[in-house]
Amino acid sequence: MEITVRDAVAVVHGMVFGAALLLAFTGAAVAVCASASSQNPWSATPAQRHLLTTYLGVMALLAWSTVLLGAYAVYPWYRAVPPPGTVDLSAFPQRLLMSNPRTTGWHDIGMEWKEHVAWFAPIGLTAVAFIHARYAARLHAMRPLRNAVLGLLALAFVSASVAGFFGAMLNKHAPVRGGPTLVLMRGEPHG
Amino acid sequence: MAEEQANPSNGSAAAALLSAAIGGCALGVFALGGDAFPTLARAFTLWRPTGPLSGVTDAAIIVWLVGWIVLSRRWTRRDVDLRRINRIAAALFAAGLLLTFPPFMDLIQGK
Repeated sequence: MEITVRDAVAVVHGMVFGAALLLAFTGAAVAVCASASSQNPWSATPAQRHLLTTYLGVMALLAWSTVLLGAYAVYPWYRAVPPPGTVDLSAFPQRLLMSNPRTTGWHDIGMEWKEHVAWFAPIGLTAVAFIHARYAARLHAMRPLRNAVLGLLALAFVSASVAGFFGAMLNKHAPVRGGPTLVLMRGEPHG
Repeated sequence: MAEEQANPSNGSAAAALLSAAIGGCALGVFALGGDAFPTLARAFTLWRPTGPLSGVTDAAIIVWLVGWIVLSRRWTRRDVDLRRINRIAAALFAAGLLLTFPPFMDLIQGK
């Protein structure tokens, strides 16, 4: 069982940071709705509010880690330009996708949208974490602010989902692969 | 001071929200500019391996953070009309999202 370094970095980008972020949205939405609702007789304790602020801050950190690793480590490998005369484009995912009219849309729409829309998530989540840190105790009494927080969470979720979906599909059609090989486990051949 | 902390004005929240929306809209405008004008794309190429994306996102982050600082200074001790700010922020976010969508970019450029 082995994996290349580029594969491993892409896995950390999408399946560790990105997937953890997407999983965290449900908890954030439920916790913000429950703790900030004006209809709810239950109110969060200061310790619970602090915990939720930390949770939202970790989400923002995950979003920043995902976009920065994607833009500055994975994306340069994705858009690498092959030397003239290269026939095997498997190490050049962007050129591989663009070489076939049946796959070029994954780059022209998928990657072109993903590379930009993903940044709405860290920007929105940073604002959410800040607002919650400062106004958590009063969110139940400030309906427009509660709506803004939930709207920002929804925006971040949609942008992270679009980026995650296209990231997964791009990796199915033209995976970023290469570099030194990491051997994770040695197995026995089966007859 | 204790009363201010217990019952803060909503200006800081409005500044955080509106600056995020301005940054999001700026991201869309810069993405479109980088796509439409090769000169701008070259100017946005701050780090060659990542290409114009490096400058597009860095510039949007700068706009967002500068906007946040400026609005915070103006609004920290004030109460603003949050419903109005929400509507403006929603419009800016929508514009930013639309401007990053490649078919819409192509439509604007007449491609």
